[in-house]
This record gives sequence, C-alpha cells and structure tokens, in this order.
Amino acid sequence: MDDVTYTLEFEKPLRELEKQLMTLQSVSEESKVDVSSEITAIEKKIEALKADIYTNLTAWQRVQLSRHPKRPYSLDYIERIFTDFQPLHGDRRFSEDAAIVGGPAFLDNQSVMVIGQQKGRNTKDNLKRNFGCPNPEGYRKAMRLMEMAAKFGMPVVTFIDTPGAYPGIGAEERHVAEAIAVNIREMSCLKVPIVSIVIGEGGSGGALGMAVADKVMIMENCYYSVISPEGCAAILWKDRAAAPKAAEALKFSPRHLLEFEVVDAVLPEPPGGAHRDYEKAAEMIKAAIKENLANLKRKSVSKLLDERYKRYRKLGKFEDSKTSIVEN
Amino acid sequence: MAIFSKPNYSTVTVKKKDIPKDLWTKCPKTGEIIYNRVLKENLMVVPSSGYHFPMDARARIASLLDGDSFVEKDLGVRSLDPLKFNATAKYTEKLKASQAKTKETDAVVDGLGTIGEIPVSIAVMDFRFMGASLGSAAGEKITRAIERGLDKKCAVIIVSASGGARMQEGILSLMQLAKTSAALARLSEAGIPFISILTNPTMAGVMASYASLGDVIIAEPEALIGFAGPRVIKETTQQDLPDGFQTSEFLLEHGLVDMITPRVELRDRLIHLLKCFGKNTSAKGA
Repeated sequence: MDDVTYTLEFEKPLRELEKQLMTLQSVSEESKVDVSSEITAIEKKIEALKADIYTNLTAWQRVQLSRHPKRPYSLDYIERIFTDFQPLHGDRRFSEDAAIVGGPAFLDNQSVMVIGQQKGRNTKDNLKRNFGCPNPEGYRKAMRLMEMAAKFGMPVVTFIDTPGAYPGIGAEERHVAEAIAVNIREMSCLKVPIVSIVIGEGGSGGALGMAVADKVMIMENCYYSVISPEGCAAILWKDRAAAPKAAEALKFSPRHLLEFEVVDAVLPEPPGGAHRDYEKAAEMIKAAIKENLANLKRKSVSKLLDERYKRYRKLGKFEDSKTSIVEN
Repeated sequence: MAIFSKPNYSTVTVKKKDIPKDLWTKCPKTGEIIYNRVLKENLMVVPSSGYHFPMDARARIASLLDGDSFVEKDLGVRSLDPLKFNATAKYTEKLKASQAKTKETDAVVDGLGTIGEIPVSIAVMDFRFMGASLGSAAGEKITRAIERGLDKKCAVIIVSASGGARMQEGILSLMQLAKTSAALARLSEAGIPFISILTNPTMAGVMASYASLGDVIIAEPEALIGFAGPRVIKETTQQDLPDGFQTSEFLLEHGLVDMITPRVELRDRLIHLLKCFGKNTSAKGA
C-alpha cells in the first residue's frame, strides 16, 4: 500500500496513457525527433479520459478514492491551511488517542481550534493511529478541546476521516457509545461556530461524533454513511464482497448528501483526486473554511444555536398524515 | 431361529388434541415450560428464573403508566423510502410486512400519560418492528416526545430496544442521532429530567445517542447493551470476549448504567425517581 505508483483498478487506462506520454517525451528529447503532434494528441486523450473517469465515478470507486493510501490526511491539511498548530494531548481521564489530533492554531490572523481524525501513512504510523479508528478517549479529548474553544471564544474546525469508531473490548468497557452521544449533544449547543469537513471517510457514528456543526462540507471523492459498504453487504447480502452494490444502495455520495441536506456544500477536488495535488486541495478547503467562518461569526450566539438546532431538527424524510388509523 | 429376533413394533397414531400453539412458552434459561397467561401477568418475565422476554411497546406502556392515562401522539408519522432502497428486499415491502405483523406504523410508540399521577412524556421502542431500527419516523417521534416534555415541563421517559440506525434510510437515519440528542440538550438546559431505560437489546446508533444520555439510566437484567456488535468486535480484535461482555451486569460493574431493575419493579422505581426530581421542578412548571 505504500507504493508511490499505487493505482486503483479504474485508473489503469489513465496510467497507461501517462506512461506512453512519458516515453514519447524522453524519446523526443534523446533523438531530437519532432513528436510534438503525437504528444499533443496523447495529452488530449489523457484530458478526455480523466474527465470521463472522474466525472462518472461509481459510488464504489469514490469509496476507493476516499481510502486512497496517498490521500491527504488531517495533518497534511492542517499544516497547509493553518499556522502555529499546537497539538494538545489526552482526555485527562484515561489516555491519549493518536487517532484524533487537535489543538489551537491560526487561520491567517484568526485563532481557531482545529481537530481532525488522523489515519497513519504507513504500517507503523497506522498502529499508532489505530487506522483512524478512535477510541472513547479520542472523542473525549475532542470534547475537551471544543469546550476550551467555547471558553476562549475560538471557532472550531473539524476534519472527518474515519472508517468508524474502534470496535474493541476496551472501547466498550470505557463506553464509546456514551462518548459519541455526549459529543453529539454538546456540539449541538456549543457556543462558538463549528465547521466540519469530511476529507476522506465519514464512517457512521464515529464520524458524527465530531461532525455536528453549523456548516458541514464534504470533498468530492468522499462518502459519509450510516454503515460501511462492507458492513451493509455483510448484513444484507451475507457477503462483504457485495460492498459495491451496497455502496450504490446506500446513496451516500456527495450529490445525494447535498440533496438530503446532510451536507451544505461539496468541495471540488483537483483532477484525479486530492492526492494528485495536496496544495490545490488545501487551498480550496481553506477558502471554504474562511468564507463560512466569516459568515458564522457575524451571528449572535442565540441565532447561531437556533439555526444549528433547526439544521438538524429538519433532517429525515417521513410522512405525517395526521390520521390515527393504520391503513393496512 | 435367532433367540433375539427383531421385535415387532406397531405404529400407534394418537389423534392430537387441539392444543392452541401459543398456550405455553419454554424458558430459554431453564427449559421450564410456562403457561402464557402466567407469563403475561408477570410482564413477560419467567417468575422462577427471572428471564425477561421481549415486551411490545403497548404492553410496556400499560405496565408503566397509570390505568388509562396514556394519550398516544404522532400516530400519523410513518416511514417513507427516501433512498428507494432495494437490496435483497425492497424497504417498502419490509415496512409493510412489519406493519402487518405488529399493527404499528413504525418502531416507536409515543405520547403523554401519568406514572403515579406524575405527568410524563413517554416513547417506547418496539423491537418486533424491523429490530426497532431508528429511521426518520422513529427519530421524529422520539424528538417530538422530548420536545413535548420540554413544552409541558414534564419528565421524559424513553424505553429503548434497538439494533441501531435503520440502514435502509442511509445517512438520514444517522442524522436522527443528532436530531434526538440536540433536543435532549435543550431538555437538560431546562432542568427537566430524562430517564433512559435500556432493554434487550439496545445497540449501536441508539446507544450512541439518546439511550446513553439519561440523567438516570436503568437497564433490565441480562440485556445486551453496547455500541459495536459482539461478532464485529471478535472479528476485528481476534480476541475472546470476556464473560458476560455487553450485558447489563457488565455495564453496571463498569459504571456505565445507574442500576439494573427487574421489569416488575420498574414502575415503582420510576415513581420514586420522578418524585425526587419533581420536588423542585414542579414549582417552576405550569
């Protein structure tokens, strides 16, 4: 997975063309033969193919991109978007959880509290970060930092990127369900603006436990779901290999999330995905955070909280027939 | 001739008497056969073994509230199919089947009533309805029950039993965690008590929201309660699970619930608690 040339199955035709292009370029340099027309032709082909592949991604392909091992993680964005990030550690009760990083930082001139779910870049790092699956301590640390932010009037920015909260014995013993529930409740009434961005995987309650916000955004090649496609496939199809089917059925792509009003905006990624251009991806996120915080900061606390409550209150699709008879 | 010849068996057919199938139930704990009427009178708890059978929402409400004090609300709230979910079976078909089986519109029954003459807003989950999974309709009913408590300044009681969020409604079911918990934040702010009762089983999304947010959390004996399913934990960690893992008793020992109360004592326990908490709030109330 650490291979620099890591290529997803559906990206293979594109990689082939890119290889051809490189060969042509080196040939033209060495032999001084003019192949510029051929190069232009291949470049055109590449652009067309890119547009074709990345604008028509299936739900499952998007899941694969969201898990791409080269994809930028929270810390990659934090170092590009903020300055003077000072990571703070521990929940003051049990331990530190490296699957969640957080601390105060500057967004240009404004001080903010930034908290992100953090995956590891290699095996060693992943053991430390628990593959981005937080334990209860992580959620409690996040809450501690958010309360600190409220105390000092700092807006909160959270980055969401987790397959889910860790399903472990210790996690249950220390009550991960309660840690998430408390975060959800307290974030719904935290007295400072909150902006959340799904930058990779938005895995169920483990994601929501840090994503109750005034504005929730998601990057183009991400998903945010009630259950992992593999989990859904295991339950409904009795086969984890049916994950691509489950991914379609769950309608968790950014387009659907926007339609269901679960997210407020979809942030475009550089062509080919955020992993192709960290700087560009970070720039786009930074602009979105700045714009949203500027709007949110103008609101009074009561208006902010009232709107946040209403944002979640209206979510869900049901019928209310006002009748008292079961029709069946 | 062999001395021990094959004995001759004759098949005797006894005409079965017409015994109604649902007259007796076997206790899964002791194997004891128990008369259904006795079981029902004892709130679906086997008297000798203390085994708690599941209880449907209406029987639960009848067991907790005063006489005919219950006034049901939100009867018209029912699930839609926002995802047009069609996996191995259509969601709409599953809904219809559950509605036919339970005669309920969805997995939650809610309304107002009194317990020991103390007014309460109550919501009860019915596990028979698609494992009492939490979809938009159930989430709306729970939220309205909380808001009703806030509006009427009366305590809120939620009896949970659920496999978690309703997968067939995708991300919208996950959002019910936020909707219900946000309403509880307001209830808490107003100083109105919320008592959460956990019954077998209460898992996943429901545990990661309102079920874990009670001022007092009461579990029924030997209920399965947790976030991740035991099989998932076992597969992920490759570890053997401790004895009694994720049972009410395990949670009590780890300090995660306030008490374990047998079903037959639940009503009295609630009355005591509500009397304690109500002493000062009733003056503020209407």
